[in-house]
Amino acid sequence: MSALAGQAAPQQSRRIETAPLIVLIVLAGTVAWLWWSGMAEEILVYSDDISYLVVQHLELVAWAGGLAILVAVPVGVVLSRPAFRLFSEAVMQVFNIGSTVPTLAILALSMTLLGIGTVPAVFGLWAATLLPIVRNTYAGLRAVPPHLVEAAIGMGMTPRQVLWRVELPNALFVIFGGIRTALAICVGSAPLVFLIGAGGLGELIFTGISLDELPMMMAGAIPTAMLAVLVDFILGQIQYYLVPRGINPLR
Amino acid sequence: MIRLENLTKHYGPAHDPLIAVDNVSLDLPTGEICVLLGPSGCGKTTTMKMINRLIQPTGGKVFINGKDTSTVDPIELRRSIGYVIQQIGLFPNKTIEENICVVPDLLGWDRRKSRDRAKELLELVGLQPDLFLKRYPKELSGGQQQRVGVLRALAADPPVMLMDEPFGAIDPINREVIQEEFLKMQREIRKTIIFVSHDLDEAVKMADKIAIFRSGKLEQYAAPDDLLARPANSFIEDFLGSDRALKRLRLVSVGDAMETDFITVLETDSVEHARARIRSSRSAAAFVLDAEGAPRSVLSEQVAEACSGTVGDHAEPVKSTVPITGDLRQAVSVMFAHDMPLLPCIDEAGRLAGVMSYRSIVHHLGHGGKA
Repeated sequence: MSALAGQAAPQQSRRIETAPLIVLIVLAGTVAWLWWSGMAEEILVYSDDISYLVVQHLELVAWAGGLAILVAVPVGVVLSRPAFRLFSEAVMQVFNIGSTVPTLAILALSMTLLGIGTVPAVFGLWAATLLPIVRNTYAGLRAVPPHLVEAAIGMGMTPRQVLWRVELPNALFVIFGGIRTALAICVGSAPLVFLIGAGGLGELIFTGISLDELPMMMAGAIPTAMLAVLVDFILGQIQYYLVPRGINPLR
Repeated sequence: MIRLENLTKHYGPAHDPLIAVDNVSLDLPTGEICVLLGPSGCGKTTTMKMINRLIQPTGGKVFINGKDTSTVDPIELRRSIGYVIQQIGLFPNKTIEENICVVPDLLGWDRRKSRDRAKELLELVGLQPDLFLKRYPKELSGGQQQRVGVLRALAADPPVMLMDEPFGAIDPINREVIQEEFLKMQREIRKTIIFVSHDLDEAVKMADKIAIFRSGKLEQYAAPDDLLARPANSFIEDFLGSDRALKRLRLVSVGDAMETDFITVLETDSVEHARARIRSSRSAAAFVLDAEGAPRSVLSEQVAEACSGTVGDHAEPVKSTVPITGDLRQAVSVMFAHDMPLLPCIDEAGRLAGVMSYRSIVHHLGHGGKA
């Protein structure tokens, strides 16, 4: 397998490596500018705050994202089952409309229901993260060619075996796409939870804005952006290696 | 053996059903290929899918080796029947090895046994196991994928196979090759096969029996040669086409249709002697053989009537021959191409074994062939 993978992969894997490379160059440029302009020193004043808040930020994202994956994938699977075909389009429409509600509004609603703190924050982020994963899981499963399912049933697979051995593996790439999008949204929206008292890097951003303190704001904004890129990169790597070569357009 | 008994499928409301398959009964002996043939929407695929219960029959029964399949769990039933579909349906997320081993794995075979089986099967169709076992379907050509699709159906060695237009998606040249390959394999494995097709030429080539369907009804069930010689009604006649006599040519071997009472003479014989022998027989020419018994030249009746001297002076060289293992289509083609009303037929050693004439072909077809 490794020998064959070696033959097929290099050309395309190089293409994937270029994206993070560009990001790195831009980042390096930014850092260099920050350094020369003296901004970096002013930002690094907040380094203790940054390291504490990054961890808090990641914890919020991990809870919200993890719970969203745990709920959204099964929901997408259920919606794609033949028994639910009648309602599934209607339900997806509701989800689509739901996804137009701004995260800030969801957090506000969440706060009115659950008060302030970590729990309503995780709930709000979870709700905002859910939708792309459900949508992609559903779409990915619906896009599995019917003849594959027919062949699987015709060879004597049980419905459960068809789902686990044929449908999910073949939808995995699309499902992963949904997870990447969702987590990028999650990381990017997480600063807002500061507004309902859950901390995170939003603390530096919003306080910086209120005090008209640019370095403080940057101390929150730059790590947030870097986290978003990093999370997406890590998920991209997982997607690259986890999705079998036969159905992975990147390999 | 597969037996369908009054197999019926209705769709829609019971008081006004759409009849997809209407009381189909047929018997297929073990080791034979039955092609279900007909225009699209005639019920042939529905009939096939009722055999492995992908479609639940409304009425009637299916027996496989004497066993009523409605008493068997459908999942188990399907694992015991090989299944090949037109779109091939190899699982793109699995390697070729995993694809071939799908049913053995479902049946819980020992892993080494199933992997050995995959290797053995690939060798059977001339795909090198080292190269192909670990590849993914998208890395194979269409023809290779279709071969693997058939192998996957054969993996657990099921006695019965269902094939739904299995070669339909392949280009004509490769299709011929794969059909030949499959027939060769079938001669050894002797599976009982239900094969759906809409291509008459394919059916004539592959089938031991052809079942022609029209709007859910089985119109005729017969061996290909029978069917072409004696279509049961005008629908079938139209379906077979006005060139059905030509289609039959492929089904008859040269050895079966040739005349064996040919005349041979020596080059040194006089033309008068040859003429007398031709006149006293039903033949229209006399052949001169070489030392090995191969036809070398021919003295036709017209030449013999008009000339005198020795045979060697007037006999014309034989332009072409046909092997007795060939089919009539080949023979007719050679006869037209070289304008030879009398075509020598030779055996494996190249010796003259018989003579083909237009009259012997017409005679053979007129008598309904082998039957």
